[in-house]
Amino acid sequence: MKLILHIWRQKNAASAGRMVRYEAGDLNADMSMLEALDVLNERLIEKGEEPVAFEHDCREGICGSCGFMINGVAHGPQRLTTTCQLTLRHFKDGDELYLEPWRAKAFPVLKDLIVDRSAFDRIIAAGGYISVPTGSAPDGNAIPVPKDKADRAMDAAACIGCGACVAACPNAAAALFTGAKITHLGLLPQGEPERHERALNMVAQWNLEGFGSCTNLGECEAACPKGIRLEVIAHMNRDYLAASCRRR
Amino acid sequence: MALDAKSPGGPIESRWDRARFEMKLVNPANKRKHTIIVVGTGLAGASAAASLGELGYKVKSFCFQDSPRRAHSIAAQGGINAAKNYPNDGDSVFRLFYDTVKGGDFRARESNVYRLAHNSVSIIDQCVAQGVPFAREYGGTLSNRSFGGAQVSRTFYARGQTGQQLLLGAYQALERQVEAGQVEMFPRREMLDLVVIDGAARGIVTRNLVTGQLEHHVADAVVLGTGGYGNVYYLSTNAKGSNCTAIWRAHKRGAYFANPCFTQIHPTCIPVSGDYQSKLTLMSESLRNDGRIWVPKTPGDKRRPEAIPEQDRDYYLEQKYPSFGNLVPRDVASRNAKLVCDQGRGVGPGGLGVYLDLSDAIRRLGEDKIRERYGNLFEMYERITGDDPYKTPMRIYPAIHYTMGGLWVDYYLMSTIPGLFVIGEANFSDHGANRLGASALMQGLSDGYFILPYTVGNYLAQAKPAPADLSHPAFHEAEANVRSITERLMSIEGSRSVDSFHRELGKIVWDNCGMSRNAHDLERAIGKIRELRQEYWQNVRVLGAADDLNQSLEKAGRVADFFELSELMCRDALERNESCGGHFREEYQTPDGEARRNDDEFSYVAAWQYQGDGAPHALHKEPLEFEYVHPSQRSYK
Repeated sequence: MKLILHIWRQKNAASAGRMVRYEAGDLNADMSMLEALDVLNERLIEKGEEPVAFEHDCREGICGSCGFMINGVAHGPQRLTTTCQLTLRHFKDGDELYLEPWRAKAFPVLKDLIVDRSAFDRIIAAGGYISVPTGSAPDGNAIPVPKDKADRAMDAAACIGCGACVAACPNAAAALFTGAKITHLGLLPQGEPERHERALNMVAQWNLEGFGSCTNLGECEAACPKGIRLEVIAHMNRDYLAASCRRR
Repeated sequence: MALDAKSPGGPIESRWDRARFEMKLVNPANKRKHTIIVVGTGLAGASAAASLGELGYKVKSFCFQDSPRRAHSIAAQGGINAAKNYPNDGDSVFRLFYDTVKGGDFRARESNVYRLAHNSVSIIDQCVAQGVPFAREYGGTLSNRSFGGAQVSRTFYARGQTGQQLLLGAYQALERQVEAGQVEMFPRREMLDLVVIDGAARGIVTRNLVTGQLEHHVADAVVLGTGGYGNVYYLSTNAKGSNCTAIWRAHKRGAYFANPCFTQIHPTCIPVSGDYQSKLTLMSESLRNDGRIWVPKTPGDKRRPEAIPEQDRDYYLEQKYPSFGNLVPRDVASRNAKLVCDQGRGVGPGGLGVYLDLSDAIRRLGEDKIRERYGNLFEMYERITGDDPYKTPMRIYPAIHYTMGGLWVDYYLMSTIPGLFVIGEANFSDHGANRLGASALMQGLSDGYFILPYTVGNYLAQAKPAPADLSHPAFHEAEANVRSITERLMSIEGSRSVDSFHRELGKIVWDNCGMSRNAHDLERAIGKIRELRQEYWQNVRVLGAADDLNQSLEKAGRVADFFELSELMCRDALERNESCGGHFREEYQTPDGEARRNDDEFSYVAAWQYQGDGAPHALHKEPLEFEYVHPSQRSYK
């Protein structure tokens, strides 16, 4: 199997980038998209060209490291699938694909397909936690958590922080990411005491980082490889509104 | 040097209590005067850095990934054990301790394991309070399930993403300390050397993976939570970036490496489908609860599995182990899969696979019930292989997924270098020769939340490290060492990529120091590793620049260390003339092919000392004594 790959090449954050065309041969349908890049990189090294830099680690769809735009779609055409788990059987022999890094002001490109997503860490640091120092916890069963709430908290907590939601959003908003954490922690009784402060602080940080605003377009939900639902944004908005009113 | 494990004596139930009471304390006002480096942000590293920050220490936390949340603990699926006895089925701290010592095939330290079981209870409390969304019953209480190697239900879980949720809990606690100014976070940094001053660990040299710059960091203690070395086999269930560089370079500075040959192979992974394959994906062992494992009776039978009638199938585990059947422990299941494949009866491309067949269960329980139980696993399998497991049996094959060996530590988790602590999978301490399912998460968090924060303080209060700063010549010497490795790698300009060497090395180690080993092959493997290593240093090709983001250079340094480690693994496997846990020596088996331990001669921890490049490692033995769990032969017939 063969693919024509147009890949964004950029030396570093300071230099300009451009699309470069490669013909990737020796592929087969069972390979993942990242393995196809591995094969291409081996060929490039043989030819003395610098390999394409891309982020990846677990290659089983859970660490959130990987991801780039494939023909304008974050993580490519297969729904609920990260780039590392996207196999080539979803493409046809000879297909032409355009691979580009996430595009967002808050995610500057570092090299080729690698972007800096540290803004996400800072949003979490602003309030994406429950303040419970080690050793100060009551017994695990001391506070019952209704099953449906635990299940919904888990749905939101499944976010892997890959950034596809930002990349897919025309405004480059961090709403799905931020909303997922606010929903996860806010649904649990343990997260209740800090619920309002959390929403205010995390949203404030999101704005500081240069992400855009959410206009409810829903592109994020469609791109999310973990199926995080738009409901988390509604949940966030509710908490944020209530917190803003209370503060006044 | 004589190895002193510093295990406290006395009744096992009170050892940790007494040790904690006897520890020296650092006055709260003095804690902020101490800087502690924590390398790695997995369950062990993140929980340690967060907890030390909460106590008031100044912490510097490092990871090679772009964010601490990416550490490979995130990929753990099954669950975490704890002796809560919520199901009222007779579990206790002692029972968890007993199961873990026995499961480790009597090659772990009793004191450590007891403490691990004791801490398990607090871990669940801590994680629940952090908001980890564990599975719940309708009444709102925590749910438990059973797991291999135990007859009680003590495993807590968050769907198939327990590792992810526990790691995010620790990561969030860590980010809280970053916000509070207690922890300074250094992502995209790789530790490339340990700085030892006056015999104590006082700093590290890191490479900034974006700019390529080498950076110096000074501290009063250094903690390594950098994970295991399963990627020495190239194909493993580890993340692509997982590596042994931090622990190996610390080893070369004087930290002993313990039991390197103790590696664990997981029986239910998706088989290799081609040469391009970059990693292996594990599927939860829970599939073995309802699945039947078989291969064709005759070698070379190429019919589709549905076309092979019942009488031509060999359900070899059910035949051989009538009482445990398909639920034998991981090592036994793995070895038997290899055995039938070696007989030429393996299935799928390359003949390295066996069928895991759920069609009986689907007939018995209906497709809906199976979908409810295993739907997500079936989807994952189909996504990777393109086969539909509801219609055709899955193919599985064993793969490396955990390393029990690691840097030697005493009861206080300190290595043979004073001030260098090692936690989580990076140390060797708690699992002996085989780790039970759902115990890795438990150990990482026990070390990070509940042991290290005390023992580091105890060290600082006693050692009273003298002031040190970056001007010390040891930093320059360490940087020069790192620089020379980098320059050598970049200047070879050979013709082969780093990955091609790594793949070849992995195959040598897998074939000779994998599921089963023998003296002849191990000897030969050492020779082959040396040859390949020599070629590596003459013919590897690393393109790009050293002062730039350069993934080939990152890999090149890691593979250089894997070469050295793999040789030591083979040495260790050669030295251990017995079979135990994950270490199966073909020469030492019972007449019916089971592992034969030799407690009289090998009931010890093998701790290896580095003596310079080219010089043989020196072996030190820490004898193991069993006062509470009497060594017995495992039987699953």
